[in-house]
Amino acid sequence: MIYASGLRKSFGSFEAVRGIDVDVRRGEAFGFLGPNGAGKSSTMRMVAAVSPVSDGTLRILGLDPATDGPEIRARIGVCPQEDTLDTEISVRDNLFVYGRYFGLPRKEVRERVDELLEFVQLTEKADAKVEDLSGGMKRRLTIARSLINRPEVLLLDEPTTGLDPQARHVVWDRLFRLKQQGVTLVLTTHYMDEAEQLTDRLVVMDKGLIVAEGSPLTLIAEHSTREVAELRFGVGEHEALVGKVEDLADRVEVLPDRLLLYTADGEETIAKVHERGLQPVATLVRRSTLEDVFLRLTGRTLVD
Amino acid sequence: MTDSTAPTSTLAGAGRLVDYWAIVYKRTWKGSAISSFVNPLFYVLAMGVLLGDYVTSDPAQLDGASSYLDFIAPGLLAAQAMQVAFGEVTYPVMGMIKWQRTYFGMTASPLSVREVILGHLGFVTFRVALTCGVFIVVMAPFGVFTTVWGAVLAFPVQLLVGLAFATPLFALTAGLKDESAFSLVFRLGMIPLFLFSGAFFPIANLDPWMEALAKATPLWHGVDLTRMLTLDTVDAGTAAVHVAYLATCAVLGWFWAVSRLTKRMVA
Repeated sequence: MIYASGLRKSFGSFEAVRGIDVDVRRGEAFGFLGPNGAGKSSTMRMVAAVSPVSDGTLRILGLDPATDGPEIRARIGVCPQEDTLDTEISVRDNLFVYGRYFGLPRKEVRERVDELLEFVQLTEKADAKVEDLSGGMKRRLTIARSLINRPEVLLLDEPTTGLDPQARHVVWDRLFRLKQQGVTLVLTTHYMDEAEQLTDRLVVMDKGLIVAEGSPLTLIAEHSTREVAELRFGVGEHEALVGKVEDLADRVEVLPDRLLLYTADGEETIAKVHERGLQPVATLVRRSTLEDVFLRLTGRTLVD
Repeated sequence: MTDSTAPTSTLAGAGRLVDYWAIVYKRTWKGSAISSFVNPLFYVLAMGVLLGDYVTSDPAQLDGASSYLDFIAPGLLAAQAMQVAFGEVTYPVMGMIKWQRTYFGMTASPLSVREVILGHLGFVTFRVALTCGVFIVVMAPFGVFTTVWGAVLAFPVQLLVGLAFATPLFALTAGLKDESAFSLVFRLGMIPLFLFSGAFFPIANLDPWMEALAKATPLWHGVDLTRMLTLDTVDAGTAAVHVAYLATCAVLGWFWAVSRLTKRMVA
């Protein structure tokens, strides 16, 4: 569906994407995980055929965006990071006019609009102006809009950034349904939980490069331990305590507010920490996540 | 079920935007319809009839008009075409690029930048047509048109005047960072054009260098051409120069607009 090889994007002397290889298959949910500035959005804009490729090869549905931009855009759906809705016209009209941009007949667009409003649970808001919608509703409307042409691939750039937790779950639920219907999803995110929930396979991006690739589970298995014991001590004590617990875990990470001990059995590790007479202010045992994978690969956290 | 497709031509692509602009117009038509009817009436009454009463002049000094009302009416008409163009391609275009980012939504579909521009300019032309059409009808009872043909032909000239301003101004807006320059565009661009391009007095009254400057403005070409038609004093050679000048502005502006908006949006 999407094939990239040695793909690069530069803006003047700044290289946002520095040579990446990607192969997205039909029907899968594929993710680009990385912090802000990793080059995810630049990649997405190239895949959406709105931003020219600086170097390398890119094919979307077998087509070259340099020559077949409009044909590609006719067959994909795009949910951009920033809303591009017309806030002064109604929810229904936003969807209707968008369908017309794809050259679909009015009658067919009208039917499709009703279906999509139902799908994103905005039927009751159909005649409201967009400016009166909440952030989560606008996002759902943008998703509905991106589906108006029954796209073969749906591109979602940071689909839930800026939404409150409840609104995020509603969006996730809708995206999950699309995935079940067999729509190929490609999304970028800097939320590891989003990547874990929605993607079958993902690449971890940092500074314009891909640093790891795999399913969420294999990435965690490859780059982290089963569990993590988090220890919180007094402010400023963490660095000094590393030496005292180092041998209890496969690996120790120091964050400003806590120590992360990577280990197979978190409870056991914490018990040993207590045996050594150390008294953390708080402790927590959890499963490893993609956040830990990212920390391992780059030495930094996903969300600053 | 119909498959979505890429448009087969720029015109076909722009045509897909007709429903969008129709919806936008349905939302705003009341305000603009009233002003496009009332404004010309006010201008013609205040400046043509009431102020014009104090202006007694030899037709030879008024480009052949037998009254000040007859002289000023075509000037006001062309100036109206210009003003609509200024209004439609400054703040609204900036809004669609920067504030609402509506253009970015459009170009994420199969439509491309030139189709988006053509669609918008089509709407601007529609607004000019409606406003100037109403203006011509409102002025008719005042007897400012020497011949019916003059009035009929003055109409397409206004579309040309509108486009001669709309395309270069669209290009200007497309490259501006924000709206702060617009107050200059209006105060130092539109208002002086409105006042000194021969709408209110023959530009022969100006100093020679100012007259030369006035003759270089698209509005003067529009005013003079419109006036020839309404007074039935058409000189084919001069008229052809006016048409060519206005068309050149519109065409060069179009290419400039496509280049500037592409640079802005496709990075």
